[in-house]
Amino acid sequence: MSAEVLEARQISLGYARQGGWQQVLEHFDLKLAAGEVVSILGPSGVGKSSLLRVLAGLQTARAGSVMLHGEALNGPHPRLAVAFQDPSLLPWLSLEKNVAFGLDFARQPRLPAAERKARVDHAIDAVGLADARQRYPAQLSGGMAQRTALARCLARQPEVLLLDEPFGALDEVTRADMQQLLLQLIETHGTAAVLITHDIDEALLLSDRVLLLGGHPAHTLGQWHIDLPQPRAQRIEELGALRVEILKTLRRASRPADPGSTPTSLSLSSETVHVHG
Amino acid sequence: MRRHIVHGGLGLIGLLGLLLLWWLGVRLFGEAGGLAERFSPEATLASLVELLGQGEVYGHAWVSLKRILVGLLLALLIGVPLGLLVGSYRRLEAATTPAFQFLRMISPLSWMPVVVMLMGVGDQPIYFLLAFAALWPILLNTAAGVRQLDPRWLQLSRSLSATRWETLRKIILPGVIGHVLTGVRLAIGILWIVLVPCEMLGVSEGLGYFILDTRDRLAYSELMAMVLLIGVLGFMLDAVARGIHRRWVHA
Repeated sequence: MSAEVLEARQISLGYARQGGWQQVLEHFDLKLAAGEVVSILGPSGVGKSSLLRVLAGLQTARAGSVMLHGEALNGPHPRLAVAFQDPSLLPWLSLEKNVAFGLDFARQPRLPAAERKARVDHAIDAVGLADARQRYPAQLSGGMAQRTALARCLARQPEVLLLDEPFGALDEVTRADMQQLLLQLIETHGTAAVLITHDIDEALLLSDRVLLLGGHPAHTLGQWHIDLPQPRAQRIEELGALRVEILKTLRRASRPADPGSTPTSLSLSSETVHVHG
Repeated sequence: MRRHIVHGGLGLIGLLGLLLLWWLGVRLFGEAGGLAERFSPEATLASLVELLGQGEVYGHAWVSLKRILVGLLLALLIGVPLGLLVGSYRRLEAATTPAFQFLRMISPLSWMPVVVMLMGVGDQPIYFLLAFAALWPILLNTAAGVRQLDPRWLQLSRSLSATRWETLRKIILPGVIGHVLTGVRLAIGILWIVLVPCEMLGVSEGLGYFILDTRDRLAYSELMAMVLLIGVLGFMLDAVARGIHRRWVHA
């Protein structure tokens, strides 16, 4: 048995194009240790979301394998929980029932009703929505909906949390709150997490390790360990050097082969980077 | 809230306008003291009050409502599963759509003689015709609902390792109920239209029968009272379906 909770080996992704194959991502490796938070950072179009779906067992890769505790992952697994870009709440269920959704499914671990209820209560408390538990999704703000989706993941007490830019649609302030909340939850439950993001600062603030994807076809351009203790929000200047280095690495990789041509859409310009105060 | 009151008020004005047109129509086109007076709103309302004071009309209304419910239930039992299937498989949809459109366009009433020949007179042919009339809106709306299911819900259920049965029961069925209820509302409109002529066919109970009965007794104000009652009951049925729809979608 390996020490890693989740391991991805030589993943490659692509899609069929008239008469051929367009390779998007290749040679992707990841070893995720228990309790570790890894960000996968990269510009749009490098297949980050597809990669996460592969790690979640929702999609098969063109090549490569995903292992959970050393065993091949052939489909969605109860120990993995996914938070999508969109909260994906079911509009006909109250917040409480949305959080409980799936806990009683046949392929999930059997839980006595009392335990199920306790988990749901705890998850709703943890995301601070105890007062809204009877509300329906249409009556929730974007931030509340995303908290609900997070609570739904937590209630399952997964070993690995897979997050696909879950805060992308939120405003700056709500996003900062959600990031803190996520850190707290990961800390208390010892959950390992893979966070897909295109926001360098989000990656720097949240993760123990940052993997940078880029190039054509995309591959891992570099990997950085971040040992700064949490909370890091006030220490962003200490992360500044790393930030510059990541951006440089990305620019180097996305520089077009022909110096005369215009930069491709894959380049991450400094204008698209958020700077926190 | 304010908007609701304004809208409700406007609707009421429209209904009163209709009453006024009715009254004017009888005044302008009917001869004073002639037959037309028995169709006037005053005579009709007086008859309605009188009828509601007696017991008989309740029995007829109940029988008609029961037929509506049975017809609707049969149409749901057949239409929802069929709609789920048709909505799920593109090929099945392609194979069945022309046939369904063809059958849908035949007035259910034109089957009446055939059905009576096969089933005899009584409740059975009525149930059949009603179910046949209500089937199409329910089936087609259910199928449309399946096609419009949010793919994110299906992705969610996959990520939770749901079985097919769980996906059907917890995502697809609740996900299409809004559409099914729209189908039910359309079906109720059609059912109510088909019911009355069906009941003029050799049965001895129901609102349709009662209309023929009033005609035979030359009780024209009672006939108009029944017409009014049929309108009110249909309106109420639709209001109930609308209410359920609203509650379900939490809008």
